[in-house]
Amino acid sequence: MVLTAGALAAVGAGAVAWPFIHSMNPSADVLALSSIEVDLTPIKEGQTIKVKWRGVPVFIRHRTAADIADARKVPMSELKDPETDDKRVKKGHEQWLVMIGVCTHLGCIPLAGAGDYGAGDGGGWFCPCHGSQYDTAGRIRMGPAPKNLVLPEYSFLNDNRVKIG
Amino acid sequence: MAHKPTTQAPGIKGWIEYRLPIFSFIDNSVGTKYPCPRNLNYWWNFGAIAGLCLMMQILSGLFLAMHYTPEATMAFDSVEHIMRDVNYGWLLRYAHAVGASMFFVVVYIHIFRGLYYGSYKAPRELLWWLGIVILLLMMATAFMGYVLPWGQMSFWGATVITNLFSAIPGVGESVVHWLWGGFAVDNPTLNRFYAIHFLLPFVIVGVVILHIWALHQHGSNNPLGIDVKTPQDTVPFHPYYTIKDCFGFGVFLFIFSIFVFFAPNSLGDPDNYVVANSMVTPAHIVPEWYFLPFYAILRSMPDIGIPFTGVVFVSSKLAGVIGMFGSIIIFFFLPWIDGSRVRSATFRPVYKIMFWLFLADCILLGYVGSQPPAGTMLVVGRIGLAYYFVHFVALWFVSRHEKTLPLPESISKSVLASGGHH
Repeated sequence: MVLTAGALAAVGAGAVAWPFIHSMNPSADVLALSSIEVDLTPIKEGQTIKVKWRGVPVFIRHRTAADIADARKVPMSELKDPETDDKRVKKGHEQWLVMIGVCTHLGCIPLAGAGDYGAGDGGGWFCPCHGSQYDTAGRIRMGPAPKNLVLPEYSFLNDNRVKIG
Repeated sequence: MAHKPTTQAPGIKGWIEYRLPIFSFIDNSVGTKYPCPRNLNYWWNFGAIAGLCLMMQILSGLFLAMHYTPEATMAFDSVEHIMRDVNYGWLLRYAHAVGASMFFVVVYIHIFRGLYYGSYKAPRELLWWLGIVILLLMMATAFMGYVLPWGQMSFWGATVITNLFSAIPGVGESVVHWLWGGFAVDNPTLNRFYAIHFLLPFVIVGVVILHIWALHQHGSNNPLGIDVKTPQDTVPFHPYYTIKDCFGFGVFLFIFSIFVFFAPNSLGDPDNYVVANSMVTPAHIVPEWYFLPFYAILRSMPDIGIPFTGVVFVSSKLAGVIGMFGSIIIFFFLPWIDGSRVRSATFRPVYKIMFWLFLADCILLGYVGSQPPAGTMLVVGRIGLAYYFVHFVALWFVSRHEKTLPLPESISKSVLASGGHH
């Protein structure tokens, strides 16, 4: 009797708590900001731009041949979060690296062209907060971050236009 | 409170007391009927001063809340409005910001006093626990309060600290989005932090009441760490300690005023006078000084696994989070880690050295936390981090084998022997 009543009360308390808890989750208007389109023509080879998507920066880098060669020659055994360069870009658009510009450690924005993994031409990223370093494919190479920079969902509408989200 | 009064004393006081025994309650709590050890030194002032800090924070915070706007596009400007336009707004804000720092200074001294004199030991374990809960609530309150001015350090501090929860395996990301109310720290985050920042101080008041209740059950510990045995060992709280506490308040407020009026920004970071920008991280993120040792622990944890094999059980990110929370949680176990039957470090020669080393280690970690995490600092941080936890392991063994000095027979005998010239 006491047990049944207690169990029912617990279920009731949980049911009442849920609306309060769920009210703190992202609201409908926040979820609605889902996609943006970016024109790639002004981005020169070797240049990185930042665009804002869902409140966070997205890095779009026009990679140089050296960037790509550098990313491809790294053996998988050297990577903390092994991923080939192919998996980091879209087929036929290997020069474009599109990533969420948020360090996978604690969420700071890494600086482009800094750090030791830049193939000497301004590729690679360095996070000023806790010293994580990413290579020319945005893969974690050094420091406390556990994962590679996250790739957003995106697609090429044509060779010069990309849709993020 | 134990027995009901049968007769009503004459006068208004008697009339009230008969219906609501508030006068005897006060007298029993902080008055002539509350006996305290007669040998309390000035380190025992800091509990009362912490209470004063809490009241001052609530008061200045309430008046700031009348002028502040918790909305992402207006928050920063509303703080500048308080500084420039609101009558005495600068005083309210500086008193509140400096007050937060002072509150932590006082509470840290209060905690280390407890560590030195063994105030956490039986029968005061729950009193100690409630103190740790107060510290955790204070940290949450201070962190959320620091976000409200919506400067660069506010924003990035909030980002880094909330991201700690992303280290939780599996559900981490969902938890972080839930905390933010979005996909980054933004207006919903600011709004809820404001609501919680307003609420938590009153929760702290509630836990402080429990803390004092637990204190009154067995009374204060004292510098000798021995129990009160006879009434000769005590003096009444009023007037002896009410006056002594008031004197302490005066000294504290003097120091507090120096900071408020002459160096109000010396404890803060200039980057927080730059408005929050979600697209640019400041070059060097540091928390407020009172979080630096914990921040150093967060950053110093390496991957935990089998060396030279690349096998990692716990990533440095998760290990850092566990280490940081663990550095406080371990204090819950302290009353049992420390097996010594003697409380005060005065009679524990080895523990006394360990105490000072531990304090030095905390200061070292604080310094490391303020420096960029590279090169020598990384190594020093790891040594400091290791020593922090080694201290507790060592304490387990030392406290069980240490040869302690002979304890005095009683508080009154000790006091009279050292100062009884008349």
